[in-house]
Amino acid sequence: MSKVRMQLMLCGGTGCHATGSKLFQKALDEELVNRGLSEEIKVIETGCNGFCAVGPVMLVQPEGIFYQKLSVDDIPELVEEHFLKGRPVPRLFFQEQKSKEKIPHIDDIPFFSNQVYRAMRNKGAIDPEVIDEYIARDGYFGSAKALNEMSSENIIDEMLTSGLRGRGGAGFPTGLKWKFANSSPGEEKYVLCNADEGDPGAFMDRSILESDPHVVLEGMTIAAKAIGATKGYIYCRTEYQLAIRRLNIAIAQAKEYGLLGENILGSGFNFDVEIYQGAGAFVCGEETALMRSIEGKRGMPRPRPPFPALKGLWDKPTILNNVESFANVPQIILQGGEWYASIGTEKSKGTKVFALSGDINNIGLVEVPMGLPLRTLIYDIGGGIPKKRKFKAVQLGGPSGGCVPEQHLDTVIDYEEIAKVGAIMGSGGAIVMDNRTCMVDMARFFMDFIQDESCGKCTPCREGTRRILEILERICEGKGVESDLKSLEELCEVTSSSALCGLGQTAANPVLSTMRFFMDEYKAHIFDKTCPAKTCQALLKFTVDPEKCKKCGLCFKACPADAITWKKKEVAVIDTDKCVKCMSCYDACAFDAID
Amino acid sequence: MAMDHHPEHPDITAEMWADIDTIIDENCAIPGALITVLRLCQDTVGYLPAPLLDYVALGMNLASSQVFGVATFYSLFSLKPKGRNIIKACTGTACYVKGIKEVMNRIGTNYGINEGDTMEDRRFTLEGVRCLGACGLAPVMIVNEDIHGNVDPKQVKNILEEYS
Repeated sequence: MSKVRMQLMLCGGTGCHATGSKLFQKALDEELVNRGLSEEIKVIETGCNGFCAVGPVMLVQPEGIFYQKLSVDDIPELVEEHFLKGRPVPRLFFQEQKSKEKIPHIDDIPFFSNQVYRAMRNKGAIDPEVIDEYIARDGYFGSAKALNEMSSENIIDEMLTSGLRGRGGAGFPTGLKWKFANSSPGEEKYVLCNADEGDPGAFMDRSILESDPHVVLEGMTIAAKAIGATKGYIYCRTEYQLAIRRLNIAIAQAKEYGLLGENILGSGFNFDVEIYQGAGAFVCGEETALMRSIEGKRGMPRPRPPFPALKGLWDKPTILNNVESFANVPQIILQGGEWYASIGTEKSKGTKVFALSGDINNIGLVEVPMGLPLRTLIYDIGGGIPKKRKFKAVQLGGPSGGCVPEQHLDTVIDYEEIAKVGAIMGSGGAIVMDNRTCMVDMARFFMDFIQDESCGKCTPCREGTRRILEILERICEGKGVESDLKSLEELCEVTSSSALCGLGQTAANPVLSTMRFFMDEYKAHIFDKTCPAKTCQALLKFTVDPEKCKKCGLCFKACPADAITWKKKEVAVIDTDKCVKCMSCYDACAFDAID
Repeated sequence: MAMDHHPEHPDITAEMWADIDTIIDENCAIPGALITVLRLCQDTVGYLPAPLLDYVALGMNLASSQVFGVATFYSLFSLKPKGRNIIKACTGTACYVKGIKEVMNRIGTNYGINEGDTMEDRRFTLEGVRCLGACGLAPVMIVNEDIHGNVDPKQVKNILEEYS
């Protein structure tokens, strides 16, 4: 084996693929071969690094130099200056938003330095398609310990001590779920992994599966031992093709190594995992619906009890955990529940992965300790709001969640604390919105999503969400009336309290949450027929303020509809009949003269 | 259990029928395999015409109503023909905030198709899909296998002209 002096960890997540990492990798490989460096410098395609906003990204090890926004044209300079002469290329470093300072080392970049890696401890550090690299970082040591040294009860006790709660959003203690399934009678039991990540704005599970597929398999194996199951399924969205491909590779490798399949590590324990591709139905994230779907039926929920721990897939005792929950398990077993519980708040232990997106500088995937204030998440790790705009709210928990406005930004990340302000922890989608996002329109967007995804089995959800949507659409079109506010509240209340499954019970949350904090916007739509955020097209009317107009003509040039008349040294005028309300002039004006 | 008679359908060739028989043979004994079978059949034919659903029901020994029920429940399955190139515009929250609506409007103006439509010459099908999980690149549009991120509505035509 030749000596490798430098490793180039090139991100191969979906985000970086889309910004050209494949082309970059091909060109880089060629350049290294041409220069005769391919023996001493290795390019490794890793899973998602997390910092998707500045992709393609590459980490040079062992120095820890982080390069961003790479393109094929940068390769000759990188190779010549850095890889041969040892002079890193500052042009490609991360640049701090405010100070404009260039930061070479990954550990000094605020986006990374405020994070704590547990579920994502291997992200960007290993080649996800090589099992040896996973094993080199203590991979499968947890399952080895669980299978050979621990009883089912030991494992469950350790999980209970760790305080790990379901990372899919509801936050049910994982150890307790396993305990119920363990005590359920039955020879045949199932371990299911929910990788049907459907919340808009959430991509935690995809990234974990792409960057570290083995950790999920190991976590599932430990769970299988804890409840006495021999068969597992990973229910994965069919859209996540890269994740599915890497999982298949991982399963084949683990079987070859005797870490999955029959008589695992000589312990006499058998466990097999199969991937089941979902066919696109949001409601299949609900546990009973997911199980129906694996049975090959329409994915519709059924009433609980009986809970799946008693009667789940094929009516056999079943546990369902999400990807991130399983990713935490191996380290808990290896290092102990107390180690895991050493960070976090009283009732929420460990870390949580968030997918930061929307109007925020550092879009990407982050893992932070429980107890961190949302403000730190958004301003330090997320780098704040772009273009000097104002923060309005952060939406947590997707269509079942709610938004947290400015005045509650000091809320810490904790299941109960977040619930107190009307949002939920959720699976980790965190969509940041600036003051140009209309909250009524946002509520309408989520309701549109939910009523479309409602499976139609129970009336409150099928009809309730439809009627709520109609009212919200009416308000956005400027046809809202005063009584709509009361009707909305009543409908939300009825739907939440009478729907069959979690989808319907939480469907009203985005509406209730925006009504709670942004009632003034609802009222502006209904009574003043205006949209303060200038989103709802029907309510927009653009005029030029002659006081502020500098007569520069920028708006005139920007207008695609010839609706603006302007001559040199004259104030521009907008013809409202011709105006298509595209906002081009509003964006173009440098003096806020258009309103 | 390949059946000796295949229903006639203009969009399903003899080779496709052979593939369909293999898919059914390999899966008919596995409980819960219906969704997998429908997915593979759709990959083969491009969509799921009604006679094919009946044929699958027969082969899997299920009621036609059950097969039809599953095929219409999941958004992956299409009972209508699709274009040679599938445009998937992400309608997730992040893409929504970043202007996917305008991107879709441009596609509509240029090619005369709205969400869910297929062009008459079957060149493009435009689909609005749920969050693709690439929110860092919003707004995102996938054409066949290619992911296009940070799509500027003005570039839409340039991007799509590459696909014939």
